[in-house]
Amino acid sequence: MLKAVILIGGPQKGTRFRPLSFEVPKPLFPVAGVPMIQHHIEACSQVPNMKEILLVGFYQPNEALNKFLVVAQQEFKIPIRYLQEYAALGTGGGIYHFRDQILSGGPEAFFVMNADVCSEFPLLEMLDFQKHQGDTHSFIMLGATANRTQSLNYGCIVAKADTQEVLHYVEKPSTFVSNVINCGIYLFTPAIFQHIGEVFHRNHQQPFLEENINGWQRAEMIRLEQDVFTALAGHGRLYVFKTDGFWSQIKSAGSAIYASRLYLDRYNTSHPERLTHNQTEGPIIKGNVYIHPTATIHESTVLGPNVSIGEGVTVGAGVRVRESIILHGAVLQDHSCVLNSIVGWDSSIGRWARVEGTPSDPNPNDPHAKMDSETLFRDGKLTPSITILGCNVSIPPEVIILNSIVLPHKELTRSFKNQIIL
Amino acid sequence: MKALILVGGYGTRLRPLTLSVPKPLVDFCNKPILLHQVEALVKVGVNHVILAVSYMSQMLEEEMKKQEERLGIRISLSHEKEPLGTAGPLALARQLLEENSDPFFVLNSDVICDFPFKDMMRFHKHHGKEGTIVVTKVEEPSKYGVVVYEAETGRIQKFVEKPQVFVSNKINAGMYIFSPKILDRIQLQPTSIEKEIFPMMAQEAQLYAMELQGFWMDIGQPKDFLTGMCMYLQSVRQKNPEWLHSGPEFVGNVLVHPSAKVGKNCSIGPNVTIGADVVVEDGVRIKRCTIMKGSYICSHSWLESCIIGWRSSIGQWVRLENVTVLGEDVIVNDELYLNGANVLPHKTISESVPEPRIIM
Ligand SMILES: Nc1nc2c(ncn2[C@@H]2O[C@H](COP(=O)(O)OP(=O)(O)OP(=O)(O)O)[C@@H](O)[C@H]2O)c(=O)[nH]1
Ligand SMILES: Nc1nc2c(ncn2[C@@H]2O[C@H](COP(=O)(O)OP(=O)(O)OP(=O)(O)O)[C@@H](O)[C@H]2O)c(=O)[nH]1
Ligand SMILES: [Mg+2]
Ligand SMILES: [Mg+2]
Repeated sequence: MLKAVILIGGPQKGTRFRPLSFEVPKPLFPVAGVPMIQHHIEACSQVPNMKEILLVGFYQPNEALNKFLVVAQQEFKIPIRYLQEYAALGTGGGIYHFRDQILSGGPEAFFVMNADVCSEFPLLEMLDFQKHQGDTHSFIMLGATANRTQSLNYGCIVAKADTQEVLHYVEKPSTFVSNVINCGIYLFTPAIFQHIGEVFHRNHQQPFLEENINGWQRAEMIRLEQDVFTALAGHGRLYVFKTDGFWSQIKSAGSAIYASRLYLDRYNTSHPERLTHNQTEGPIIKGNVYIHPTATIHESTVLGPNVSIGEGVTVGAGVRVRESIILHGAVLQDHSCVLNSIVGWDSSIGRWARVEGTPSDPNPNDPHAKMDSETLFRDGKLTPSITILGCNVSIPPEVIILNSIVLPHKELTRSFKNQIIL
Repeated sequence: MKALILVGGYGTRLRPLTLSVPKPLVDFCNKPILLHQVEALVKVGVNHVILAVSYMSQMLEEEMKKQEERLGIRISLSHEKEPLGTAGPLALARQLLEENSDPFFVLNSDVICDFPFKDMMRFHKHHGKEGTIVVTKVEEPSKYGVVVYEAETGRIQKFVEKPQVFVSNKINAGMYIFSPKILDRIQLQPTSIEKEIFPMMAQEAQLYAMELQGFWMDIGQPKDFLTGMCMYLQSVRQKNPEWLHSGPEFVGNVLVHPSAKVGKNCSIGPNVTIGADVVVEDGVRIKRCTIMKGSYICSHSWLESCIIGWRSSIGQWVRLENVTVLGEDVIVNDELYLNGANVLPHKTISESVPEPRIIM
């Protein structure tokens, strides 16, 4: 039997996702209409013999997460549990701490995945690859091809050309090492815990070898990437399975719009029922659009491409939405225009107002381009990015909000451009 | 009676509109700027208008032929080979102006106001000297040349360019009435009437100022053009309210040409002029704009403080603001945002212009 672990992090992670992560844990932020990790869970549930999914993180138990667990278990008919770390234990420390829970029932292998990625999740292919690998005890990591410059923002993998054995692994190098990058999706056998355990014991013997910058780093804190993979590389245990399927990190809010585009596109084959189609009466749909069944959309609106509209949203007459995510309860009044933006929960946009951002999509002409690691500021200036309205923000009629981030519960009274509005 | 109108400037500050037509023919509140003046002149008995022209005179000539007939007056064009400034053209047209000994009007072509021609004639006759210039009150005199004159009589004492200390808040309004004797002061060469002729006349006590009542605006640049439009529409509200459009979708003073079409669920105004054959589709919001003849505005767009040149077309969900000026036949594609853009004629805009700039 198989299991899967999703590393969901905790409240101190995901700061680049603010202000949206104030309202909902980032792993539950809707991407293409469903919580980010529901895409992972769905992929896992389609793997034969998958018996349990474990979410590992350091969030306090909360209502949103509990609700999600209940609903997801029903929908996918698989046990899903949340395991809470007592502190941030890192990408390796958490699974090591909960190794007994993971191994209970005797899985011969288990997947581990970062919550903040979007992917085709070629899990069956990874299993297949492991099987035909010869050594069924090998660990498999999913790899993708990046371009030279962008590879530096990721974990870089040098693999043997014929066997795909990982010869060298380095996390976010400062000079070019390889254009094959780590996708944050792994297939492990229980033996992985011996390797994590070695790090654990070494850390305990020499507790503060590495300078403790955050004040919370502890011996139990183990990073899969730097501490485990780097050591495993070159020992015939770790292999990379390279995929050409879509993949992206979801670090910033801007990448959530990009990830939504990728998933919405896949709905055409995986979930056509989730996409809205043009009907004689009803809004004009361009490209891929997800509309929650409870949303009220005036028939004269034009939506898409890449639009996701959440629960209970109201969209008035003559509204235009493109490349955007509208979160539940938001109201877009008549003639308003929303482009490249995320409109927060229960926010409202006045008549003829324009809410617009600048997309930070990967270069469409480079097949290997990824999202740039988005920094909020460059040369002391806010870099033009998508516009984000936090929860319960109110935009008056006729103004423009351009390339701005509005923190929750603000009532704006005028136009803003290129600003963070506290 | 005669009037000479100075129309020979290049109108550079009103580009891109003046790249298509000379400034006097630019529509202001659905009528060429020049016609506002000529019609007012005709009302006070002017029967011969001389246009002092230098460039693009062909178009002016054609247009004026039509007007000559319509208004039943004589319109002559006085062509300059080189720009003669604001005084030189008087010397060039000397023969015409001297046909009789009546005083004549001289006007800058780009001011808009309640033309006080009757009062000027009376005032000029009353003081009996060579010239009368109309002055108007401004809030910030330090930006202009001001006129200092005797309050009771109007006799001008001096002109002060951009005064740093307050001396007067009255400026030259660009409208004059002169006796033919003034022509003896002017050589046939480029000369500025304001800088070279007036100071001398003032010194000799031959120049009087008459203060204008009511609104006044030099509409020679886009920002002032729009301000002038607001003032003009307000005066229409007072004098001819029936010219203005009303209805649930119209707010404040809005002038709509009878041949224009405005769709449903729009909100138009205050201070909007919509020209002949313009089409405004449903759900459009326009305030403080001039939309010139033949333009087309698609649904759900939002326009504020813009001038849309002739036969331009604006897509859906477009936002135009901050003195965006579109030249003739400009196309703005759907969903774009133009902030203070100055777009030259016959351009298609397919990308937003988030900061003010010129689009060649
Ligand atoms: N359970 C748990 N998950 C974690 C922890 N730290 C990170 N994660 C998760 O692991 C995934 C990868 O996170 P990181 O390693 O911090 O991020 P990264 O991909 O290296 O990117 P950077 O933030 O740029 O370093 C994310 O889904 C996080 O939520 C942790 O201490 N515990
Ligand atoms: N005939 C003639 N008229 C002139 C000449 N220069 C300016 N004018 C007119 O004098 C008036 C006042 O000039 P300005 O306000 O500077 O207008 P302009 O020169 O047309 O416009 P700008 O290029 O924006 O300065 C306008 O009616 C002009 O048409 C000239 O050399 N000859
Ligand atoms: Mg000039
Ligand atoms: Mg002028």
